[in-house]
Amino acid sequence: MRLEYFQMVDRVVELGAESITVASTVPDASPVFEGHFPGYPILPGVLMVETMAQAGGWLLLALNGLSRMPFLSKVGEAKFRGFVGPGSALTVHANRIHDGSGYAVCSARIESGGKRVADAEITYRVMDFPAPELERMMRDTAKRIGLPGHG
Amino acid sequence: MTSPVFDRIAAIIAENSEVPAEKITPEAHVINDLGIDSLDFLDIVFAIDKAFGIKVPVEAWTQEVNAGKAPAEQYFVMGNLAQRIEELVAAKQAGG
Repeated sequence: MRLEYFQMVDRVVELGAESITVASTVPDASPVFEGHFPGYPILPGVLMVETMAQAGGWLLLALNGLSRMPFLSKVGEAKFRGFVGPGSALTVHANRIHDGSGYAVCSARIESGGKRVADAEITYRVMDFPAPELERMMRDTAKRIGLPGHG
Repeated sequence: MTSPVFDRIAAIIAENSEVPAEKITPEAHVINDLGIDSLDFLDIVFAIDKAFGIKVPVEAWTQEVNAGKAPAEQYFVMGNLAQRIEELVAAKQAGG
């Protein structure tokens, strides 16, 4: 993870027909922890949401062959069940629960140390890439994280 | 007199937006009259997809309207929307 660059996914562990598992390690140090919180650094809940959103997003990208970009449009039923500190190894699971016309819905959860620490239902608007730079970055990132078929 | 499909869609809209149920008439335009924004509409479409076990082809409809191949009323006026949903459900039941 590189929190300041919103790089929340380190690598894809498994890709299924409608599901994905990715792994990420929370960095030992980050400016984020200087404010959140002094003396008690924990990964902000909003970044856990982003991590789940990116895991589901990579699932949708894998399923559409990196042809269209999923944009976060709704976070439902988000729950933060445990604190996540620096250095934590995270496993993130996401399942596509609905494939709509121009949108998709995933359920996602984060586990750390064998315990569920967060879950949410995430809705994406799925659109053509609005900028070639973004498409390039997604293709480069797909290689970096080892997205099957693109790594 | 409205159809059961219309009534179901109207209930879904009322549940997923702040539009009062009495405003949801067959003549009402989903966006222009009911003022439903794109995110609420997405929720409504998701609920319709789930309720009827279909995939409402919103993208294809929007493309047709934007290309001038169909008037927006054909898909986005409540009475017509209910009719389109009925057609999609019938097509699904027919195995289409």
